[in-house]
Amino acid sequence: MTVGIVGYGAFVPRRRIKLEEIAKVWGADAPAYKRGLQLFEKSVPGADEDTVTMSVEAARNALARSGGVDPAEIGALYIGSESHPYAVKPSGTIVAEAIGAVPALHVADLEFACKAGTESLFIAQSLVKAGEVKYAVGVGADTSQGAPGDALEYSAAAGAAAFIFGADEDLILAEIIDSYSWTTDTPDFWRREYMHYPRHGSRFTGEPAYFRHTMNSAQGMMNKVGMEPKDFAHAIFHQPNGKFPMRVGKKLGFTHEQLETGWLSPWLGNTYSGASPIGLTAVLDIASSGDLILLTSFGSGAGSDSFVIRVTDRISEVQDLAPKTRAQLDEDKIYLEYGAYAKLRGKIRMAE
Amino acid sequence: MRDVAVIGVGMTSFGELWETPLRSLWAEAGLAALDDAGIDKVDLITIGCMSSGIFTGQEHLASLLADELGMAGVPATRVESACASGGLAVRAAFAEVAAGLSDTVLVTGVEKMTDVDGADATYALGTAADSEWEGFHGVTFPGLYAMLARIHMRKYGTTREQLAQVAVKNHANGLLNPHAQYHLKISVDDVLESTAVADPLNLFDCSPVTDGAAALVLTTVERARKIAGDKPVVVITGSGMATDTVTLANRGELAELGAVKLAGERAYAMAGRKPEDIHLVEVHDCFTIAEIMATEALGFFAPGDGGPAVEKGLTSLNGRIPVNTSGGLKSKGHPVGATGVAQVVEITTQLRGQAGQRQVAGATIGMAQNMGGSGGSSVVHILEVI
Repeated sequence: MTVGIVGYGAFVPRRRIKLEEIAKVWGADAPAYKRGLQLFEKSVPGADEDTVTMSVEAARNALARSGGVDPAEIGALYIGSESHPYAVKPSGTIVAEAIGAVPALHVADLEFACKAGTESLFIAQSLVKAGEVKYAVGVGADTSQGAPGDALEYSAAAGAAAFIFGADEDLILAEIIDSYSWTTDTPDFWRREYMHYPRHGSRFTGEPAYFRHTMNSAQGMMNKVGMEPKDFAHAIFHQPNGKFPMRVGKKLGFTHEQLETGWLSPWLGNTYSGASPIGLTAVLDIASSGDLILLTSFGSGAGSDSFVIRVTDRISEVQDLAPKTRAQLDEDKIYLEYGAYAKLRGKIRMAE
Repeated sequence: MRDVAVIGVGMTSFGELWETPLRSLWAEAGLAALDDAGIDKVDLITIGCMSSGIFTGQEHLASLLADELGMAGVPATRVESACASGGLAVRAAFAEVAAGLSDTVLVTGVEKMTDVDGADATYALGTAADSEWEGFHGVTFPGLYAMLARIHMRKYGTTREQLAQVAVKNHANGLLNPHAQYHLKISVDDVLESTAVADPLNLFDCSPVTDGAAALVLTTVERARKIAGDKPVVVITGSGMATDTVTLANRGELAELGAVKLAGERAYAMAGRKPEDIHLVEVHDCFTIAEIMATEALGFFAPGDGGPAVEKGLTSLNGRIPVNTSGGLKSKGHPVGATGVAQVVEITTQLRGQAGQRQVAGATIGMAQNMGGSGGSSVVHILEVI
């Protein structure tokens, strides 16, 4: 049975803060940070934007591109995030209710640092493939946290991407050819209960965590399907900053041209669970029929999910049915000063 | 006093060796040195290690490590003088053999630094400064060396570019050393554009945080000749050590490294040598400014001429006095307790003519200079091939 994406959508908040604005407050060396991390600005959620609202926006955009999927026929919905608004109470129920998918569906919230988004994609497409549900939705969304002054503050951003999976060949706009995951216990980044901000293991987050898992997952994926980098029109990797995805892509043998469309982090920041899924939406926005796409996520802790995706003829019919990702990234931006940013991110302690 | 020779050298690769614990690093280097010497019994083990307690939660190293080599029972001594711990371990072993207390000694240096994050590593290294007068006020080592750099620049006109050239040269040498942490060609612009750490020092002016171990086997020259057969024997002809104020604020002259100068003078006196006799030197370039100041303190260049000397290439691999052919702390890496031992490994390797692509042709007399803190201690050795 062929299973694939029948609808996709992204949501990126309008607000941005430039790296210089953050560096100015902390006395950091902005030009060196820009060179070192390849980050220029990042998205910031507004007062009324959180993982749930962004997931609703992205899911509605996915429905708009789905060619009339009846939300009532969605049998499962998963949201991967490390910033679910509630510690106890699901995000997925709110989103399912908002898009009209309740009550006959299975819902769960997932968490796996930056990888939870592709987990939701994996589970959703697997259930469709198993014939358990007609349609399933997978969402990756985050309003990620970075402690004031920490290196993560320059990257932690907000955004969401949603995908509807189905097996109806007339509706499939991108077929999921195969997937492959690579997981170990590598504690490179974590946030314990009651901790406001996450902690990271400094340089331990690079080679043994991001690079090892991403490389092994992507290479294992290509081995599994008998493909090599030149077979792909596009490759998208998890993007905790601007530098890592480009370096890992080039190490694997991909060219700048294959990587650039899905490479959003220099202007978006790291949207954690949303990062590589939003990259995929940007690629689908411009993809052509027959294009092969490699998607590899990474989540600290640590693991990487890979997918090989083939774009179908239907893509050109749906690309304009909802706001494109690059347009959301480039247009109608509102730049914030650090004070307003600190207020919106809850970094100011209020009277109780 | 008996003459003392180096009959075995060994070291691990230096780097971020996350998979390897301290004891395994140490054993790898120790076994390599014993293999190189062709012996399996020693009378004493000395261990240079600065801060295994903070870095790995392990003290009582001497016994622990002796047992790791199956040598429980053999006397073992850990010595500590901050980043000069390794050099001091060499000197302690030298003294034992020279005095006749031991005939054959395994000298080791080790540090496992990457089990902790950057803040904890900075704290551990910071304990080498004066806690009450420096550390508690927030000064860290890049800050202390930045002050020395500023003073040197103001007094002698040493330039920012000259500091950068130290890093460029040492990375060029490190490219030729298979054990080096970084195999990375860099330019002056790379150094000038790297992240500011403590003005005027940037990231590429600073040695890295490193895991690694190095080892030597010392014995009497008499025994060395028997074991070596017709191979060249490398002899330690001079050993000097000196202390200085740990607190920079208590120092009379800040543009000079007094402990390095004194330790150098003592080593020269014991060996009957002068700076012009030395063919190559490993100096303690924990920061680029430290290399310039060390080459002046050891008499290779007049005070203030260290910077221009780098610029003119006098300290390059094919220069008048090659400095840090191993890549130095900057490129080879700086596992603090291992550094002083690894310097002697490099000089011995060079004097034996086994340094491969970085070999200094015809080198027969070399020097190793190790330093603790911001110059609060220094150990200098002169080695000659006979």
